[in-house]
Amino acid sequence: MGDADLIVIGAGPAGMSAARRAADCGLSVLILDEQPAPGGQIYRDVDRASALRGDLLGKDFTGGQKLTQRLNHESITHLKGAVVWQIEDQACVSYTQAGQGAVATAKRILLATGALERPMPMPGWTLPGVMTAGAAQILLKQSGIACERAVLVGSGPLLYLIASQMLRAGVPPLALVETQTRQDFARSLRHLGGALRGWPYLLKGLKMLWELRRGQIHRYVGATNIAIEGDQAARAVTFSSGGKTRRIASDNVLLHHGVVPNTQMARSVDIPHHWDNLQSCFVPECDNWGRTAVPAVFIAGDGAGIGGAKAAALAGEIAALAIAHDLDKLTQASRDAAAQPLRAGLHKERAARPFIDTAYPAYPGALSPQDSTIICRCEEVTAGDIRRMAALGCLGPNQTKAFGRAGMGPCQGRYCGLSVTRILSDANGTAPDITGHYRIRPPIKPVTLGEIAGMKNHVTSEEKND
Amino acid sequence: MKPGSNFRELTPMPDTALVDVRFGTQALRLPLGENLAAALLVAGVMPFRRTPVSGAPRGPFCMMGACFDCLVKIDGVTRQACMLTVAEGLEIEMPAAKGDLDG
Amino acid sequence: MTSDYAIIGGGIVGLSLAWGLLKRGLRVTVLDGDDGSFRASRGNFGLVWVQGKGLNAPGYASWSQRSAAAWSGFAAELTDATGYELGLEQRGGYDLHFSEESLEATVAKYEGLKAKLGGDYPYEVLGHNALRREEPAIGPKVAGAILHHQDGHANPLKLLRALADDVRRLGGVILNGKQVTDVRKSDLFCITCADSTQVRAQKIVLSAGLGAMALGPKLGFKAPIRPQRGQVLITEKLPKLINRPSLVARQVDEGGIQIGATNEEVGLDDGVTFSGLSGLAAEAIAAFPVLAKAQLVRSWGALRILSPDGLPIYQQSTEMPGAYLVTCHSGITLAAAHARFLPQWLEAADGAPDLEMFSEARF
Repeated sequence: MGDADLIVIGAGPAGMSAARRAADCGLSVLILDEQPAPGGQIYRDVDRASALRGDLLGKDFTGGQKLTQRLNHESITHLKGAVVWQIEDQACVSYTQAGQGAVATAKRILLATGALERPMPMPGWTLPGVMTAGAAQILLKQSGIACERAVLVGSGPLLYLIASQMLRAGVPPLALVETQTRQDFARSLRHLGGALRGWPYLLKGLKMLWELRRGQIHRYVGATNIAIEGDQAARAVTFSSGGKTRRIASDNVLLHHGVVPNTQMARSVDIPHHWDNLQSCFVPECDNWGRTAVPAVFIAGDGAGIGGAKAAALAGEIAALAIAHDLDKLTQASRDAAAQPLRAGLHKERAARPFIDTAYPAYPGALSPQDSTIICRCEEVTAGDIRRMAALGCLGPNQTKAFGRAGMGPCQGRYCGLSVTRILSDANGTAPDITGHYRIRPPIKPVTLGEIAGMKNHVTSEEKND
Repeated sequence: MKPGSNFRELTPMPDTALVDVRFGTQALRLPLGENLAAALLVAGVMPFRRTPVSGAPRGPFCMMGACFDCLVKIDGVTRQACMLTVAEGLEIEMPAAKGDLDG
Repeated sequence: MTSDYAIIGGGIVGLSLAWGLLKRGLRVTVLDGDDGSFRASRGNFGLVWVQGKGLNAPGYASWSQRSAAAWSGFAAELTDATGYELGLEQRGGYDLHFSEESLEATVAKYEGLKAKLGGDYPYEVLGHNALRREEPAIGPKVAGAILHHQDGHANPLKLLRALADDVRRLGGVILNGKQVTDVRKSDLFCITCADSTQVRAQKIVLSAGLGAMALGPKLGFKAPIRPQRGQVLITEKLPKLINRPSLVARQVDEGGIQIGATNEEVGLDDGVTFSGLSGLAAEAIAAFPVLAKAQLVRSWGALRILSPDGLPIYQQSTEMPGAYLVTCHSGITLAAAHARFLPQWLEAADGAPDLEMFSEARF
């Protein structure tokens, strides 16, 4: 029964490697992914882009082709452009593909929905011309499009990676406005021991910084009071750094201060989450096989906690082994034996994370934005609105949602959820775990009423009343 | 790069067909099969829409289908431009903005 | 602290009542739940509705009419005080019918009620063409509608916020995040919460929605209520499409089309189901075909608080005099009555409404 043994949602590194490992174990696998080509965001459109601009994007990117090639297996069906909007009864997945709604069922589901940019609310961040740094990188990877005269704002290795790729592309950014401080770096040194086990990452980081210096890209560090000026579009970035107020004219402002797990689907099936202090975000609760409190649902990759592409691929394989064992395709002994080298690799991959997370923390100005800053981009609700609602007795984000619409728009709280939790926690003096998060309901992504109603086996509603 | 655009195509592909697309009253020639949001950015289209709440201008923000700021209307349906590809004859409009809702 | 009234339950029922009591100069403390509580106040459909109610209980129909008539003054006063527009529109509402037979059968019932109400039941029957003149988006499958001129709708979330704001402004105390664990009475009522907060009051009102299932019996009430799930959908914001509300769909003041609602006996499960979504979507499209292209942005399930006959319960405890149970499934419609008239009843004031028909004695 069912359309497959396993439905994998997301064709990034975790989803791709899980699908192949599961297929190798004898499971039939259905991959549902929103994009027209496999790769996820990290390896976006990697098969086409590698041929066109592999030199520019580097080996870490083109290496993603090894994963896309692994999808070539008779037991793997990959539905491209399939947008999942509901998971019900543990393993019944509703999705839309090319304007047509459909339902797929399986014995297990693996959520491999990856990460989102950490929301970075600041004055002017909704203006046209302001994008996430990840968006700029997607444009570069997928379309070979570069932002002219951009300013990169925030912190973290991704900023350096994008800056160095832009430099190589001959479209160098005007400047990097970095929010991490020397104190952050000093704090990070106690994690250096662990980081040295992840030395390839450190080496890459140093190489990128050297490239930026050689390219004479100006770096401002410890930036505060960052704002984006503009009326109809971004025109400049203003900030304080080194005791001076600065202004850089630019129409392209790229924001980044880390990525956070995309937990929308996990939330939608009521998987418990907890607050991760170091990464300053919620993570779903799962064991070291990716198994969650919802028996049929597993999670792997950045969606279970940020670890990067290579860690995600390993975690995907580990989850696939557990699922294969669940479905009697693998003995416990072979599952454990196969998992052992994967776990060793995972351990190594994660070694540098505490160092990176401490050296490049989230920008405090975006975690505690000024009252006039928009938090919910969809409904245009400000930080001050949230604080006023806290004063009206709102203890959690579901109450502020009801009182003031934050999180009610089409993005379903993806870009305001963490901000609202943080602001409410600060205002009410409660820990984020107590404050909680939005309850995520279907549709996980908007779907037209016609697409829903046009599906088979729908039941007409009963008699009505108000 | 077109006038008014802040985005440059690094490696224009000569073998890619250009097709006719309209954005509002603007006639555009866009590369077939390209990501729609990316192609509109290179063509200098901005903003993509005005919000239904305040009428503020918006354009692509996340390019990965998460933020819903690049919404456009095609055949009467509101869609994310970053999740679509360029096709021949697309008629693109801005979705309903504040002023449209008041009527 | 000691209050004249402690109100257990800070939803729209409790806050409407608190607001009315404060307006009479009484001291009020409201105990409210937390972010995850079942809250009909944030999940309801937002109708201020008369038609179809109390078909077999004219007293309930007239209580609803009285509240609907008091709504505009109530809303104006709240708006003046808080600055929040409540999105109130009372230009009539429809009961849409997909067959002539069901339309005629309903009209027959309305005629019976109208006679019992002395003729005060202003409705008219619109055939398909007449309805289409009023609602150009209506679809060919709709046979007709009953337009009832006392019906309307409001923004229930703005009402909730305005009440939460104005109750504080009037000096009311609202304690949030409270779970009431015990209520005792000696000279005063003493309410104890899970976090050991204690509140003392001369009188108490239990308006805790489904919370009254557990607390009611401790106070000497039968509290024979049950949850009934209603799933509701809402679309993206659209230009004006629907002029008047109906039980099928209404266009809210922010522009979205709200579609509802299921009636499901599923206990305390407030989840959203695929069958709920698809059934509601299909019916909305049957009524307004253009909605097929509208994006569904949100959906939710909320739990109605139903008594066995669907009518409200207003009851003073015989075991603990001074304790009152106030519960209903039409908290929005009845908000004005609860704010304006229920305080008179609680205070046994002159002109207090006769609510005997809503006592628990009927069960």
